[in-house]
Amino acid sequence: MSEEKHEPVPYQTFILIWVALIILTGITVGVAQFDFGAVNIWVALSVASLKSALVLFVFMHLRQESLLFKIGLLAMLIILVIFIGLTFTDVLYREVLP
Amino acid sequence: MTKTPLTNSGFYSESPRSGVLGWLLSTDHKRIGMMYLGCITTMFIVAAVLGLAMRLQLFTPGQHIMTAQTYNATFTVHGIIMIFLFIIPSIPAAFGNLLLPIQIGARDVFFPKLNLLSWYLYISGAILAILAIFTGTGAPDTGWTFYVPFSTQTSTNVSLAAMAAFMLGFSSILTGINFVTTIHRLRAEGMGWGRLPLFVWTLYATAWIQVLATPMLGITLVLVMLERFFGAGLFDVASGGDPILFQHLFWIYSHPAVYIMILPAMGVISEIIPTFSRKPLFGYWAMAISSLAIAFAGSLVWAHHMYASGMSDFAILVFSLLTFIVAIPSAIKIFNWISTLYKGSIQLGPPMLYALAFILQFAIGGLGGLALGAAAADIHLHDTTFVVGHFHYTMFGGTGFAFFAALHYWLPKFTGRMYNHKIAFIAWGLLFVGFNVTYMAMQAVGIQGMPRRYYDYLPEFQTLNMVATLGSWVLAAGLIMMFANLLKGMLNGKLIGMNPWGGATLEWQVPSPPPMLNFGKEDPVVTRGPYDYKGVKADEF
Amino acid sequence: MSFEHRDDTGDRFGMWLFLYTEVILFSGLFILYAIALITYPQEYITASNKLNIWFGGANTVVLLTSSLTIALAITAIQRNQIRLCINLCVATIGLAIVFLINKYFEWSHEISLGIYPASETLRDMGPGVTSFFNLYYFTAGLHGLHVLIGATLITVVAVMVAKGKVTSDRYVLLENSALYWHLVDLVWIFLFPLYYLII
Repeated sequence: MSEEKHEPVPYQTFILIWVALIILTGITVGVAQFDFGAVNIWVALSVASLKSALVLFVFMHLRQESLLFKIGLLAMLIILVIFIGLTFTDVLYREVLP
Repeated sequence: MTKTPLTNSGFYSESPRSGVLGWLLSTDHKRIGMMYLGCITTMFIVAAVLGLAMRLQLFTPGQHIMTAQTYNATFTVHGIIMIFLFIIPSIPAAFGNLLLPIQIGARDVFFPKLNLLSWYLYISGAILAILAIFTGTGAPDTGWTFYVPFSTQTSTNVSLAAMAAFMLGFSSILTGINFVTTIHRLRAEGMGWGRLPLFVWTLYATAWIQVLATPMLGITLVLVMLERFFGAGLFDVASGGDPILFQHLFWIYSHPAVYIMILPAMGVISEIIPTFSRKPLFGYWAMAISSLAIAFAGSLVWAHHMYASGMSDFAILVFSLLTFIVAIPSAIKIFNWISTLYKGSIQLGPPMLYALAFILQFAIGGLGGLALGAAAADIHLHDTTFVVGHFHYTMFGGTGFAFFAALHYWLPKFTGRMYNHKIAFIAWGLLFVGFNVTYMAMQAVGIQGMPRRYYDYLPEFQTLNMVATLGSWVLAAGLIMMFANLLKGMLNGKLIGMNPWGGATLEWQVPSPPPMLNFGKEDPVVTRGPYDYKGVKADEF
Repeated sequence: MSFEHRDDTGDRFGMWLFLYTEVILFSGLFILYAIALITYPQEYITASNKLNIWFGGANTVVLLTSSLTIALAITAIQRNQIRLCINLCVATIGLAIVFLINKYFEWSHEISLGIYPASETLRDMGPGVTSFFNLYYFTAGLHGLHVLIGATLITVVAVMVAKGKVTSDRYVLLENSALYWHLVDLVWIFLFPLYYLII
């Protein structure tokens, strides 16, 4: 439990990440112009997840935090997947969709 | 021994502010804990009176002391107060605040100001809940579950009650954040994870549930309010919504919430049993891990409340199967308590009696839970008084009795005075008998088919309902005797030393009542486990 | 007597825990969205096409940029470049205001078309489209509320930086406000494709 301080992240790193985020946004918008059926939504969600990862690990300094922060995030995501996944055991298998 | 007033010692006498403000603006965890304890006990008594009134109405068939509408409002308010204002905060907020920092060798919680804010949110929620009863268009009549579509259509004061529950949820979240951070960051030197008292482990598991599940209640209640104010219709089929999804979102929180209610109670029992058996807790790590396992498994099973809601058969199958998983860590706990008792040098002090009653009653409640978790049996038992009986066996016979056990175990620590043990024994006997008669009769009449939430019933249910009501009177007598005895003990009981029971956790190594900042100038260094009773003796008192 | 201690890591951990609760709060709305999407796939495409992708796209760029400026502000304070830090905070607040103004015009436009919760026009469009717009208004509304709270937080911290209460030695308040602001960004990262880009 040391009193550690983060090294400042260079300005360039943040700006690079920002450029990446803007490009990824462009990709999402671009893909959405074409109809690939169900693929569209999964591409959109994957790109959004990638963008979130960049924001979480770099902008939010998660990269520099201890393991505890990462385990906490993982626990939250697992619980989230359970909440969503188990709700779908109902909705997907209804005889009449809601 | 001289009789000094309570307010002249320990954390009662040291404060930067004097008088009432010294309490209302205090960030000291013990003062906040005592304020919670006072409010929570008051709320319990209010809701218990409502419960007794309902039992009185059900003494014989027909309308006696309340109309159907009054009865609906009564069970709703009884539920809202008992769940959101008593059970959820009872052990974590009151005893968690009082004990958690001391038990890990800290001087306060990590965010003391946030802690005070939690208390104010609790009080605001309580005031709103009371306003919801007495103002506007009448007390809410939806049941504490706020099920749509009724909750979005009834003319009663549901919005205000939902707002109250929302604020109480926020209070609960902040307490959870505070406790997780405290346990991670403020353990004293030598207080490794293997030396945490089980009470702290259960509070830790509870706090994670509070953080990860409570927001779901928040958003659900907000949506109900939006639906009432703007006609949003997110749960309305005509607007493309689905009322069953309300039940999903509601139970995604409210099922884990029953583990918010029961886990700290299990922690209390895990403290009391070893102390009164003079033996280390059997299976420390199994107990610690099973607390986390219950917290996790508790998030997998919410839809077992919804077998009769019209959700898919596949989901019923999945949730019925998953529900049985919870039995495993719960059984680990029961077996380990009993193994702790085995060959122990058992002393039947008042806290121990409540703890033993907890084990029996929680086991009965748990077994009833298996019947309800099995989809086939549940279709028959759903919405009968069997469910009410089961719920009270776990929540009142479980958490309620653990709360009483905690009062008898720790209240002397925080007031420096002991209550009368003989009266405590008699009160316990009345509570034990009254409780079991009331709720066993309720379970029995439920199996015969009596529906819950009805103010009237068919004549063939009369005998068991009379038995239940008679039991509730014994229960009430026990409650009055217990609270009177505790209050009298608080005000002018015998003074006690540091360690009246011979406990080995850190709170028994500080004065009673503990001083401000808990420990002297030196930070404590922990060198022994929480259940290492070698050389620990109880004080004479 | 009060309890004094200094533990920035603990403070940040507490903030992260709070952010988890925020994610779960929003996830309730996203669960409802996901279920409605598989129930009314066709209607959701129709409804999504009614939203103006330029409003949404512009706001995405605005929020991503504000996320950048507040992240830069932390490096600035760590390097003791106080003036730069304050300017970056002000830029973030400015971008937040741009976002809200943009949102105001977008909503005004939609409301002028008669599309708002419980409106007659919406009812005539059928349950699928109605559920899309209900969810859109409440998710974006809740998000907008968070933008407002985040901007307020950053304003308070910027003032504290200017007054020397938040310094290069002790800046956890700025870090926590920035974390909150990034969460606002994270929610929008999912909200944008799910509401504006359904095809």
